Amino acid sequence: MKYVLLFAETEKFAKELAAMDDDERQAAYEKVTEWFARHAAQITHHGHLQPAHTATTVRLDEAEPLFTDGPYVEGKEVVSGYAEVEVADLDEAMGIARDWPACPIVEIRPLA
Amino acid sequence: MDEVHAELARVLREHAGRLTASLIRTIGDFAAAEDVMQDAVETALRRWPQDGIPDHPDAWLLTTARRRGIDLLRRQANYRDKLARLQWPVRGEPGDRLKLIFTCCHPALPVPAQVALTLRTVCGLTTGQIAAAFLVPEATVGQRITRAKRKITDARIPYRIPSDAELDERLNQVLAVVYLLFNEGYLASGGDRPHARDLADDAEWLAADLAWLMPRHPEVLGLLALIRLHQARTAARFGGDGRLVLLSDQDRSRWDHDAVKETTRLIERAAAMRRPGPYQLQAAIVVCHAEAPTWDDTDWAQILVLYDMLLHLTRTPVVRLHRAIAVRYVRGPEAALDELAPLAKPLDGHHLYHATRAELLRDLGRHREAHTADSRALALTDNPAQQALLTERLSWT
Repeated sequence: MKYVLLFAETEKFAKELAAMDDDERQAAYEKVTEWFARHAAQITHHGHLQPAHTATTVRLDEAEPLFTDGPYVEGKEVVSGYAEVEVADLDEAMGIARDWPACPIVEIRPLA
Repeated sequence: MDEVHAELARVLREHAGRLTASLIRTIGDFAAAEDVMQDAVETALRRWPQDGIPDHPDAWLLTTARRRGIDLLRRQANYRDKLARLQWPVRGEPGDRLKLIFTCCHPALPVPAQVALTLRTVCGLTTGQIAAAFLVPEATVGQRITRAKRKITDARIPYRIPSDAELDERLNQVLAVVYLLFNEGYLASGGDRPHARDLADDAEWLAADLAWLMPRHPEVLGLLALIRLHQARTAARFGGDGRLVLLSDQDRSRWDHDAVKETTRLIERAAAMRRPGPYQLQAAIVVCHAEAPTWDDTDWAQILVLYDMLLHLTRTPVVRLHRAIAVRYVRGPEAALDELAPLAKPLDGHHLYHATRAELLRDLGRHREAHTADSRALALTDNPAQQALLTERLSWT
């Protein structure tokens, strides 16, 4: 069964990341690299999104498509990336998500 | 609760979960099996009060479930064939019931759904009985269960006992659900709903079942002990007028001292495993109270030591609040009031915080402040017995 792990950042996390010096940031990135290596057998593909200020949203529920700047939900939590995993069940997907070393929120959603 | 309803509850509790587990094993679908069994339980509740409980209630339930299942699942030929082959007596394995409990209490489900699903699937309650016990509309409970079962299927929540790596955490969740059930039932007891299922009994039964299935997990024994100790004192908790009687004023001769003695052995068995935990410690604290012949004989120093250990394991404001009560009897009301000060913010919405504060203030002769604190406590509790007690206290000043 395939699940997508949706990674979400908070303002607090973004600030902490911005406040890091080069060495600290390097160490944080290495932890993420290690995580991907550790779960390489289950991860089928993954991507990191550009920051929220690059987002454009189109709404199609009106007569004309409406394009706006920014992510579709205005909030303190913003999706920043995803990883697709192929595992037996939700417990295994939760096991992978639980030691994710970076942003503080991960949504686990089964792929239809 | 009258005799007939108590017996119905006991029989359904004994068999429903077991049979649901067998049905799940047979047809391999949690949601469908649970539906079919619920239907059989509802039929039993309609028929048994008139016809009497059959000699082999599990055979009756199985036959009913099979017949209704074949009808309900007529579009799913593979389920029907499997159901048709199911014969009484069914082959049961202890692991089956654990799988059932762990699935119902899966952390990916919201807690109210975990509670409802456990009661319905493992204890054999109907949706209506669960709604009545929690004073929520039946449709709300039905919806919680439907959503939870859909998530189990669609998000593929596994039907199994968690791996060793996950077991402790998952078991804690199961114990939390059982204790929540117990507290719900315990607080509501003495109420005016004689036919309502007593959730405290269901919780005790679940804890006993878990202790039987997982005898090497000391916290399971600890929870069972804690529940049994509370149950042993139930008779003394309410006065003749239905009023709540405080521990200090309870008639200790009405406590079930044999049950206390037996439960103490359970705690000793758990303690011998040398893995202390919050339930074992809370049970040990209750034993301290239960073993004191009178309120004045209470060994508060020992209770405070146990609270210190408990606080070390679970640094929650509620534990600190209870510890402060022990501090009052060891070091006096002034010291206890100091302990409460940092809890003002986290426990502002908690009636026991204000009621405790009121008692300490009264001890110190600060009656006006005590009155204000009691009024605050009264506004924060829905429980009629607690309301009556606080109203009485407010009338003193």
